[in-house]
Amino acid sequence: MTAPSYTRADFQTDQEVRWCPGCGDYTILASMQQFLAGLGRSREEFVFISGIGCAARFPYYVETYGMHSIHGRAPAIATGVATTRPDLSVWVITGDGDGLSIGGNHLIHALRRNVDLKILLFNNQIYGLTKGQYSPTSEVGKTTKSTPFGSVDYPFNPISLALGAEATFVARTVDMDRNHTQAMLKAAYEHKGSAFIEIYQNCNVFNDKAFIDITGKEERIHNRIDLEQGKPIVFDEGSKAVVFRGGEAKIVDSSSVDPKAIHVHDETRQDSSVAFALSRLAHGPYGPTPIGIFRRVERPTYDAGVNAQVVEAKAKQGEGDLAKLLRSHGTWEVKPGSPNGGSAES
Amino acid sequence: MADEIATKDPSSTPTEKLDKLVIRFAGDSGDGMQLAGNRFTDASALFGNDLATLPSFPAEIRAPAGTLPGVSSFQLQIADFDILTAGDQPDCLVAMNPAALKKHFKDLRQGGTLIVNTDAFDERNLDKAGYDTNPLEDGSLEGYRVIEVQMDELTKEAVKDTGVSGRNVLRSKNFLALGLMAWLFHRPIEPTIEWVNKKFSKSPDVAAANIAAFQAGYTFGEATEATKTTFEVKPAVLPPGLYTNINGSAALAWGLIAASQKSGLPLFYGTYPITPASDILHELSRHKNFGVRTFQAEDEIAAVGSAVGAAFAGSLAVTGSSGPGIALKSEGISLCFMLELPMIVINVQRGGPSTGLPTKPEQSDLLFSLYGRHGESPIPVLAISSPSNAFEMAIEAARIAIRYMTPVLLLSDNGIANGSEPWLLPDLDAIEPIEAEFAMEPNGPDGSFLPYMRNVHTFARPWAVPGTPGLEHRIGGLEKEAITGNVSYDPANHQLMTDTRAWKVANIANDIPDIEVNGDTDADLLVLGWGSSFGSIRAGARRARLEGRKVATAHLHYLNPLPRNLGEVLNTYEKVLIPELNTGQLLKVIRAEFLLDVTGLNKVAGEPFKVAEIAEKIMEMTK
Repeated sequence: MTAPSYTRADFQTDQEVRWCPGCGDYTILASMQQFLAGLGRSREEFVFISGIGCAARFPYYVETYGMHSIHGRAPAIATGVATTRPDLSVWVITGDGDGLSIGGNHLIHALRRNVDLKILLFNNQIYGLTKGQYSPTSEVGKTTKSTPFGSVDYPFNPISLALGAEATFVARTVDMDRNHTQAMLKAAYEHKGSAFIEIYQNCNVFNDKAFIDITGKEERIHNRIDLEQGKPIVFDEGSKAVVFRGGEAKIVDSSSVDPKAIHVHDETRQDSSVAFALSRLAHGPYGPTPIGIFRRVERPTYDAGVNAQVVEAKAKQGEGDLAKLLRSHGTWEVKPGSPNGGSAES
Repeated sequence: MADEIATKDPSSTPTEKLDKLVIRFAGDSGDGMQLAGNRFTDASALFGNDLATLPSFPAEIRAPAGTLPGVSSFQLQIADFDILTAGDQPDCLVAMNPAALKKHFKDLRQGGTLIVNTDAFDERNLDKAGYDTNPLEDGSLEGYRVIEVQMDELTKEAVKDTGVSGRNVLRSKNFLALGLMAWLFHRPIEPTIEWVNKKFSKSPDVAAANIAAFQAGYTFGEATEATKTTFEVKPAVLPPGLYTNINGSAALAWGLIAASQKSGLPLFYGTYPITPASDILHELSRHKNFGVRTFQAEDEIAAVGSAVGAAFAGSLAVTGSSGPGIALKSEGISLCFMLELPMIVINVQRGGPSTGLPTKPEQSDLLFSLYGRHGESPIPVLAISSPSNAFEMAIEAARIAIRYMTPVLLLSDNGIANGSEPWLLPDLDAIEPIEAEFAMEPNGPDGSFLPYMRNVHTFARPWAVPGTPGLEHRIGGLEKEAITGNVSYDPANHQLMTDTRAWKVANIANDIPDIEVNGDTDADLLVLGWGSSFGSIRAGARRARLEGRKVATAHLHYLNPLPRNLGEVLNTYEKVLIPELNTGQLLKVIRAEFLLDVTGLNKVAGEPFKVAEIAEKIMEMTK
């Protein structure tokens, strides 16, 4: 069978896209459709599962199989799909409220199990669909409808959280950079197991310019730290570098250190502590912030394990025989016309 | 080893012939009473008695030894006719320590047989049980036939050459008691010996110790004056065929496997550990060669979520829990109802609310099952009536879920899950196949796929699973436009879809059996039940009939929709009695549905109805 040839339009549905004009979700949707078209894999083999929130409308706009489910539960529902159908490519679309607040438990357990899911967390650091309350990634002090005197709630660092949850693939990208987004989607797609991508997504209505340090034309030159496999981590036109001191990642002037001391990025390290240290360079998109793949390691996937046990059981015990199962606790026979049986069969 | 056992026939001694007998084993949770009870049950089943069992154990795994909360018990009734319950009052009580005696003596029939382990009646244990004086010495057991056995000493002596030592020595004590019971009640000994040898094949010393203790108990029976009179219950007259002894959890698991085979759909069970539903997971997880996939989720919500996902992807999806867990699943069940995907939700009810009585039976989740979801979400609700009935009802739940593309709630309870009874094995070929057809072709104009275009008979929507070319579609929790399934906020459409979903479920009434009336159809009184009180109700009615009363019974296996003929049946009788292990939940439903002034008999005491309780109420209402 030849690979199907698609254009972006083949992955667009007949539904009118209803996000606010200027929302970062449009760009992410376009990146995804472009990426899927370029893959050449049959449309029917993709499943998109989302929870609740602005981002969660995503499946309605992608011409594949999809489910817009309930708040926070997409990773659990997707686990049911992936575990029973390892032939499919299963994607989870979630947000900072959906994935880190109400659905935090499902997210960490899906990552821990390494279910073959691609989890995209659209982080806009605000509750958009409910019209502007602070989220678990909003910064301390943030003034919103629910925090008129400023938030006193300390935020998650989603990358640190995913690494702490034993995720085997952890990356970050930004909505506006379509090429980088598509590169991250491709790497996630190719990864066997749970792949977690945090996507900085601008909410121009309730939290505009939250990511300006990373996306602004001027600002990004100074603040965007691109993580590239096998390369020393330098940024700000080479003037800044990342080194490790006392187990911590530090930003220094490149000129102040021996070039050999500059940390060379290796996303394949089994131990996640270096990746974790890199995730701590910024606790949010403020100032210098790493973008790219933090961690990419191999570990057996949950769904493969479950299905291997079924195959193994069949090979060992033979295809299940229900009549035999019903007799497995021992039986006795009552003969016709006789008042009793009493002869043990097994 | 069997030849080492004393083979003197107990019927050579004075034998009292009984038609039925109720026995209760009671001891510390660590005394192995459940095991002893189960062995006695299996031996009786293989002997050919009809029987029913009622295990009862504390919620704590090992409550402090010797205390009242730590007492675990196992009751069974054996008979030479078809019995329906595990019996009200034990004829024989085995008490392994003072706490067991304290807790259970009040239930023993006047003049009944009491077997006590005198070695456990020391000052410390008496004190723990709250006895001021030793009941073995203060005359409080007068009028009962007391068989005193030094079980610790006899066990130590019996196992001394078997290689077990230390704490393991007294672990064979339950087999000593079992051996004595085998003598006293003419139980065949081979099944127990075979079982021990198989079960402990990897620890021959333990097997030898258990058999030695069993033999010592049997020999003690033979040699002791106190046990000179023995009892015999002849095998029951049962319909011919092959039988097994089955508990409700296994029957339910096997029913799900049968439904998977009959539908050709792989079985997926997503669940979270909770008493008393976990045994279904334990049983299913052993049978992966049937294509069963089990998923122990991070919580109840993920469990139902995974089942919704598996249903979307084309499995026979099942989730199971008990009351508190079902509460957490509520949102997921509503989603499934909205998506119109097949799923079975099992609720093994227990005493509530909250953690309540987690190891005791109750039927208090009926209204919750019928109405415990947000929005208009009337899902089908089915209820199991006995351990073996779980097999049939699991298949029925799957049939309805798949045929009508809907979640189905299947109610069990702690009594059914842990209780056991002989089961005439069904003819598997006679079980109807469950038609499960996936959509393969577009059903709309210009090759489009309309996910909410319905079957004209069942009103079910097509089931198009991911991976099917050309049928890519999106579903979700938002209200959908009829036919296209696109998101719709149109007022008339929401009315139409709400009515359609309700009508689809109500229409299932045309596809379920009528309720049958049992007993005196010309009586003035009908006793209507549902769930696990089936046995007590039938037996209570039978007892009242022996007293010359006329009474009819009927039992509901379908709570939503109700059988089509139910109103007609209820209106035939002057009086209707509804016994339930709750404060009157079916009662409310019947009053609301049929505007009938029916009477309730209600109990929430963490135990099933006694036959006497039902019989008394019937007597009172048929004066």
